[in-house]
Amino acid sequence: MEKRLQGLIEDFKKNEGNIISLLQETQEVFGYIPEEAVYRLSEELDMPASNFFGVATFYAQFYLKPRGKNIITACCGTACHVKGSDRIINSLKRDLNLADEQNTTEDKKFTLEQVACVGACSIAPVVIINKKVYGKMNSDKMAKELKALKEDGNE
Amino acid sequence: MGMKKLKVTIDGKTIEVPENTTVLDAARMLDIQIPTLCHHPKLTPFGGCRLCIVEIKGIPRPVTSCTTPASDGMEVTTSSPQMEDLRKTVLELILSDHPNDCMVCEKAGDCTLQELAYFYGIRENRFAGERRIYEKKDGNPFLERDMEKCILCGRCVKVCDEVQGVGAIDFTYRGFKSKICPPYEKDLNCEFCGQCVAVCPTGALTGKQWSLRGRQKDIKEIDTICPYCGTGCNITLHVRRNDVVRITSREDTWNEGWLCVKGRFGYKFINSPDRLKKPLIRITPKKDTGNRGYGDTEKNFTHSPIHPFTVSSNFREVSWNEALDYIAERLNDIKSKHGADAIGGLSSARCTNEENYLFQKFMRAAVGTNNVDHCARL
Amino acid sequence: MNKSITIQVCMGTGGMAAGGSEVLDAFESLMREKNIPAEFKKECSMHKVGCRGLCARDVLVDVIADNRRTIYQYIKPEMVERIVDEHIVGGNPVSEWQVDEDYHKFHEKQVKVVLSDCGNIDPEDINAYMAVDGYKAVEKVFASMTPEEVIDMIKKSGLRGRGGAGFPTGVKWEACRKAEAGQKYIICNADEGDPGAFMDRAVIEGNPHAVIEGMIIGAYAIGASKGYVYIRAEYPLAVERLKKAINVSRERGFLGKNIFGKGFDFDIKIKLGAGAFVCGEETALIASIEGQRGMPRAKPPFPVHRGLWGKPTVINNVETLANIPYIIKKGHEWFSSYGTEKSKGTKVFALTGKIKNSGLIEVPMGITLREIIYDIGGGIENEKALKAVQTGGPSGGCITTGMLDINMDYESLAKVGSIVGSGGMIVLDEDDCMVNVAKYFLQFTQSESCGKCVPCRIGTKRLLEIMDRITKGAGRQGDIELLEKLSNDIKAASLCGLGQTAPNPVLSTIKYFREEYEAHLQGKCPAKACNELLTYHIIEEFCKGCGACLRACPAGAITGEKKKPHTIAPEICIKCGACFDVCKFKAVGKE
Repeated sequence: MEKRLQGLIEDFKKNEGNIISLLQETQEVFGYIPEEAVYRLSEELDMPASNFFGVATFYAQFYLKPRGKNIITACCGTACHVKGSDRIINSLKRDLNLADEQNTTEDKKFTLEQVACVGACSIAPVVIINKKVYGKMNSDKMAKELKALKEDGNE
Repeated sequence: MGMKKLKVTIDGKTIEVPENTTVLDAARMLDIQIPTLCHHPKLTPFGGCRLCIVEIKGIPRPVTSCTTPASDGMEVTTSSPQMEDLRKTVLELILSDHPNDCMVCEKAGDCTLQELAYFYGIRENRFAGERRIYEKKDGNPFLERDMEKCILCGRCVKVCDEVQGVGAIDFTYRGFKSKICPPYEKDLNCEFCGQCVAVCPTGALTGKQWSLRGRQKDIKEIDTICPYCGTGCNITLHVRRNDVVRITSREDTWNEGWLCVKGRFGYKFINSPDRLKKPLIRITPKKDTGNRGYGDTEKNFTHSPIHPFTVSSNFREVSWNEALDYIAERLNDIKSKHGADAIGGLSSARCTNEENYLFQKFMRAAVGTNNVDHCARL
Repeated sequence: MNKSITIQVCMGTGGMAAGGSEVLDAFESLMREKNIPAEFKKECSMHKVGCRGLCARDVLVDVIADNRRTIYQYIKPEMVERIVDEHIVGGNPVSEWQVDEDYHKFHEKQVKVVLSDCGNIDPEDINAYMAVDGYKAVEKVFASMTPEEVIDMIKKSGLRGRGGAGFPTGVKWEACRKAEAGQKYIICNADEGDPGAFMDRAVIEGNPHAVIEGMIIGAYAIGASKGYVYIRAEYPLAVERLKKAINVSRERGFLGKNIFGKGFDFDIKIKLGAGAFVCGEETALIASIEGQRGMPRAKPPFPVHRGLWGKPTVINNVETLANIPYIIKKGHEWFSSYGTEKSKGTKVFALTGKIKNSGLIEVPMGITLREIIYDIGGGIENEKALKAVQTGGPSGGCITTGMLDINMDYESLAKVGSIVGSGGMIVLDEDDCMVNVAKYFLQFTQSESCGKCVPCRIGTKRLLEIMDRITKGAGRQGDIELLEKLSNDIKAASLCGLGQTAPNPVLSTIKYFREEYEAHLQGKCPAKACNELLTYHIIEEFCKGCGACLRACPAGAITGEKKKPHTIAPEICIKCGACFDVCKFKAVGKE
């Protein structure tokens, strides 16, 4: 961790960096924002750790816990909403056995995220699976994709 | 170049104010009261509680007086049925997310929120709903944080950052889930200066030592000077039945109401039964352990069941006259045997300038040595 | 054999999702395989182009042969071979895959300014932009115009901010120009957060250089040497294309030191938003660029006087900036010939929801909603009845069927309690419950509230609680009036635009659909959309006993033998609607 953070810190000192860009880079490196990284950055750059935590919890993009191997992002934009994104999300939650506030499955294989709008409203409802955009989704299609991913993981 | 003056009319009264005066400050200069919760005169304006909204001619919507700079010719109305109605809604909303436990709250009687709720006559709450529920978990001996009572005015965050330069806490999360806390919602780990407690307008932040020690109405306030260091902060003792239950500091003093952990929380010695009130003279010779005196007492401090400085078989309580005579006698003895330079004097930062001056004068003129120093010169 | 062939594949986010890059790959490899002559590169070019609006029909492919353009819709990689064989080699377009008449109708009533080059040029090629007079506006400005003249021209054009508030752009620039400071900034707000709006994404993906050119002109006009584009991280393709475009533009000397040898320095940095809708608000956006929590501060002072790092700052929306080069090139008279008296030019809308031709449209300000829905949009999907159109996203309101002849401009929309906003336009049909839609928007704004001010932080939460109980059949008498009271107070007392507009969807739906709220108080959802107010049952005469619903039911509430009508046990049913969705025989009823 030390080494990987050092690069970020040097970059920061060279450029006009700030807490948001530091956290974005930290997340790029670790996949989430590890607590130790925050303390280390805070100490090294003489900025209160409370500011890092405040920023990290303000923006939806930052994750304080490691995420699953597969990331499923369900769009909850208006167009997706009126075209039934709720049902897709509910069925996904059931399939993945996720409790209300839970995003990542116990086995860390899947993370389900909801995002306000990915701006692909014409092909609503939209689901992004591991960065690939799927348009005109429904529970059925979703179940098939999920099944494929689950089988993939078992091999 | 003279300061530009701006003419502002508030509720029909006109005043000239310097540039960069806020509407709220201008109103206060005119002795016009505008309710506020998040505003603090020593901290940067926030504009979050929305209670200080006013109407300004030419601006279509109400604006917060604490953030709006006065401009020349501005016409302000601070109170109208619509403004008062909005304030009432805002207060009701705050109270809908606040425990209704004033009867046991430490802050009752000294709480801005309670006072406003009273003046706006809020009995029933049209907006009752979900409240934030938090675990209380701080283990520190100084600050009690009851975050359910926090109204997110941000004064504590700002005082910690702007005045204390520490930044131990910040706003976290957002929206209804917003919370002010240390990183990762851990216990406070800071200087415990208690500045945050001093600026909190509700019962969210209080001193642990104050708990259940008395209501504000029973308290006599006595202004004095902090005895801890040469800074000499003005403090106000809150005394109930001759017992100091809390220390605060007034904003109009030279230290602007700010204190440190010692000045704010280190007052238990005043009423402590262990406190020395009369001089003591040692009656049995000190055992030579090879260590220099203080190490000994430190050991005693932690291990001996008998306090080293209280009257015991080793010490005899004497009058000041006897004690001073004893000191003079011993100093003269040493001086005649070993010369004046065998004596050194170390003064305390807790003394005033005048006291320190007298001390060096005494060492130089009376004892006759330049061996004089001060504990603050580290 | 055709002599010169151009193939254009739509590669916006919509096109990519539908498999745009696979289609382009298929064309490329097939044409190579078929050995379409070696000089093929010269004669036959393949472009990826940005969004062309009608994303619902993606992948859209244009084949231009002998100067004749044929447009194909819904193209999948496996269909490419036939197009290559029959059309490119054989010279006979595949007629059944071509777009039908309403594709052309979709475009007929549109007037394209901002989108004029989107979908026609390769967004990753600066030469393509320059071939359509790109960067000519910058050239003109530097060669012959003072900053004051630029500002004057923009003022005369009547251009108003396209991000939502509609503030006159020239006036904003002028205020910043006049502010005295050593350093000034221009910021392009590409934090398009309205759920249901994607015009900024499409413009950046389709023509990033126009936005950059607009920023250079703006910077010159106000005297800024540094610019930022604050763009959502959720738009990876747009970010990538913008990054490339900025680099190329810098290589060509349009950005950097001493532009056109006129002693003017200007450069642009990209700042990625980190996922907070409130950062679309100017002061929150500034806080975010500075690396802080995106909490707005009170205005005044306005950013044109005290903005980024305390310096005078102009913040313009993507679409606003993309208009600038065209106004400079074609003149303010040309621009202001479109639109109404107070709303000039065109506006890009994201037409989505229950509409046949869903996509991005650009229309002259003042066009009627009827023209948009029926001429451009081709009417409502699935022969359903139009119920309302929601404009302006979570800050906007709804327009009912009785107001279809309303002119789409800032003033007319404000009059009926809605806004142009950033341009989201969601079409709702008879199956949509207006209470539910209002609750949806409120849920969004409530979760995006920054938490700084009381009316927004607690007020929107309370509004949502009331809406929630109404849609669950637990509404109380007086709730509608309470909603109105609280909504109006939140609007009046909130700190920033988010709180000041958050109650709009509630107020607007109460105003036009009060009877739906009243029905919910009686325990009925007229549109049959609020699950808690419904019961599901099986209509025996339609049920074939196929068992699809039985398998789909997550609660195990459905029983029945094969090929015999099934039944739903109401006490076990969790009202998720899975059976309703899955039944092919319309045998699941909801009441």
